[in-house]
Amino acid sequence: MRWFEYIVFLATVVLLARPTSLYLMRVFRGQKTFLDPVCRPVEAQLYRWLGVDPEREMPAAEYFLCFLAFSMLGTAFLFLILIFQHWLPGGPDASYLTTPMTADLAANTAVSFSTTTTWQAYAGESTLKYCTQVFGLAVQNFLAGAAGLAIGLAFIRGFAREGSATLGNFWVDLVRSLLWVLIPLSWVGGLFLVWQGVPLNLTAYIQAHTREGSVQTIAQGPVAVLELIKNLGTNGGGFFNANGAHPYENPTPLTNFVEMLAIAVIPASFPVLFGRMVGRPRAGWLLLAIMVILFVAGLVVCDRAENAEPRRLADLAVVGGNMEGKETRFGVGGSVLAGVVTSNGATGSYNSMHGSYHPIGVLVLLVNMLLGELVFGGLGTGLYSLLMIALVAVFLGGLMVGRSPEYVGKTMGPAEAKLVAFYALITPLVVLPLAGWAVASTAGRAGLVTNDGVRGFTEIVFAYASCMANNGQNMAGLNANSAFYNITTILAMLAGRFVLAALALELAGRFARQGRKAVTTGTLPSDTITFGILVLGTVLLIGALSFLPVLALGPIAEYLKTAAGV
Amino acid sequence: MSDETASEVDRAGEPLALSATPADSTDPRSNPLRGSRWREQLRPALLSVPLLSIVTGLIFPIALAVPARLLFPEQSRGSLIVRDGEVVGSRLIGQSSKRPGDFHPRPSAAGSGYDALASGGTNLGPANPKLRDGASDDPATPTVDESFAGVRQLAREFRLENGLSSTFPVPIDAVTRSGSGLDPHISVANATLQIARVARERKLSQERVRQLVRKHTLGPQLGFLGSARVSVLELNLELDLDALADSSPSPASP
Repeated sequence: MRWFEYIVFLATVVLLARPTSLYLMRVFRGQKTFLDPVCRPVEAQLYRWLGVDPEREMPAAEYFLCFLAFSMLGTAFLFLILIFQHWLPGGPDASYLTTPMTADLAANTAVSFSTTTTWQAYAGESTLKYCTQVFGLAVQNFLAGAAGLAIGLAFIRGFAREGSATLGNFWVDLVRSLLWVLIPLSWVGGLFLVWQGVPLNLTAYIQAHTREGSVQTIAQGPVAVLELIKNLGTNGGGFFNANGAHPYENPTPLTNFVEMLAIAVIPASFPVLFGRMVGRPRAGWLLLAIMVILFVAGLVVCDRAENAEPRRLADLAVVGGNMEGKETRFGVGGSVLAGVVTSNGATGSYNSMHGSYHPIGVLVLLVNMLLGELVFGGLGTGLYSLLMIALVAVFLGGLMVGRSPEYVGKTMGPAEAKLVAFYALITPLVVLPLAGWAVASTAGRAGLVTNDGVRGFTEIVFAYASCMANNGQNMAGLNANSAFYNITTILAMLAGRFVLAALALELAGRFARQGRKAVTTGTLPSDTITFGILVLGTVLLIGALSFLPVLALGPIAEYLKTAAGV
Repeated sequence: MSDETASEVDRAGEPLALSATPADSTDPRSNPLRGSRWREQLRPALLSVPLLSIVTGLIFPIALAVPARLLFPEQSRGSLIVRDGEVVGSRLIGQSSKRPGDFHPRPSAAGSGYDALASGGTNLGPANPKLRDGASDDPATPTVDESFAGVRQLAREFRLENGLSSTFPVPIDAVTRSGSGLDPHISVANATLQIARVARERKLSQERVRQLVRKHTLGPQLGFLGSARVSVLELNLELDLDALADSSPSPASP
């Protein structure tokens, strides 16, 4: 049954890739779609108010600076809402909000949501007002998601265009992402989720008088407003502390399936969109095939680890897979699927507690994030996560055959190669020193309130890997609401969002200015199985060179210890 | 406006065409930070966040809430269960029930157990000794209760209360805590092992209890999604009704 669920999920994602890519292409080319009667007038009015000339395109640097300014202002706006949330009207009653909104927590949360990381160092039901959740967090889920989609589009245009100085207009891409993609899907999906049981209300927390004569206070809220966009925008910040495990956020196996589709479908359609826009559809499908192979590999390993009976409980005659931190309705299958999808899809909306996963299960999630979430990945940003590594493979391939390296007709000169190499180095350069600092400092080790030893080390690495990958999921045994973690994780989130996007857009800008080389017998073809294997090998090689030591000290060491019975 | 924008953004035109935007009228190498270009972006940069916040933070929630509340009033209010005009819980949120005549939910890490203000799991790693062997209360901190029932203790208790031998295999969901701490379900195997106890305590036939368990069992959704499970709170409430139905005729009988 688990395997059937996995297969249906993957098949749905792959089958939807083509229609989704066709729709996205129409939207971003401004061609006719069925939503035009509603969206066109709104779009035109928004441009008028914003003072945007949709005809005017931007070079890479300007596009990036608009993205940066938009994100920074969004961060500032959210920061103010968080800091002054006690002035906002509405529920829940202030007596339930027991976590103080300190300046460092507010800054961390603001950066976290405006970079689609949605790392959460707080518990929603005891920290935030409904107004903050909707007007602060849900808004950034939309805006940051749309900005990511825009960046992804601009990146593709770099490969698609010839002799062009520009990559599109950021404001136009942003508005179209919202009006044609994110808002309509969140509306339909939101209604579906309410039908399945996700609440949407502004009432006070409910006092239920239980059968045993006590009072159970049940947190409420406009959960459905946030729920779909948090997945669709590959954000993942939960309304409640338990995120996707909470029955109000994810009441049925079907909502789980739909929320996972919301994460994966658009990012999985991006390579296909890429292939189509550059006129090499097979190259696009090959990229998707690479994603699927890596996805399945992770899924199989994680499933085997979590479905096995926990070793430490073997003598207690307890039967079943590792259900610690997992919900009965999802079982091991729905939990592992969500773990693998969210860790690949830059989304923090886990539905089971990764802190209680088997070491090899944790290893899969950690590797997915450390490789840069190149399987599906973040909304829009996921494609360049894979392509930048694919370009390293192109470079290596070029060296092997002794020709100047080129990909889909674009030549990689020294400047392009440097950008790609720098991109591949950023993640280890950010994650490893920060993790090292946390382990070496008292303030960092103070976060280890639940587990210590190798598990604690893994929790720390997991935190920075997650922030760097703009993922946001955590091993919640780490208490990350301290000035130390709030500030250091901000650094990782900013680097993961803006440094990587800057490099990717700069490269796209350079490619857009180039012409396109014709295919000759000397060209290394970019749509063959050989090339796919080369890319896969490069991904694993770069990943292993960068992270094998840290993985050996964390989950691998823990696995070996458990296996040896230490 | 719409006609003009329709041809924009990617001027490649045909879906598979290789050509793209003709170079901008401005010099490709022009500095994007050059005064006039940058000033041009000031207004959208400043206005976009507030304006789009209104669209996504005000208009969208209202557009979603109106049909949602009309079409699904019960779900949007939190799927609450009302008995005699009083809310007794939510269909979706688990509740603690420790009485021997009740079906017992999974252990919970939310607050002191099924605290729907403090959702969460234990986050204990599988190799953490506390998960298996538990922890006892530290007498040095009288205000905090550190005691924690490990899997070993939970399994022993489960066997004891359900009259199972000390080596009888226990379904793992009965001795582990869920991710939310609010799991409203238990596995079918777990519920089945509790039937004899509940029937004995409530003086019902096992067949009747089994029938009710079956009634509150949900199979995998659409036949393949998730796991089969039993809703504990709803099952216990139905058992209560059953008891009422049984007891109400008795005063009338001679």
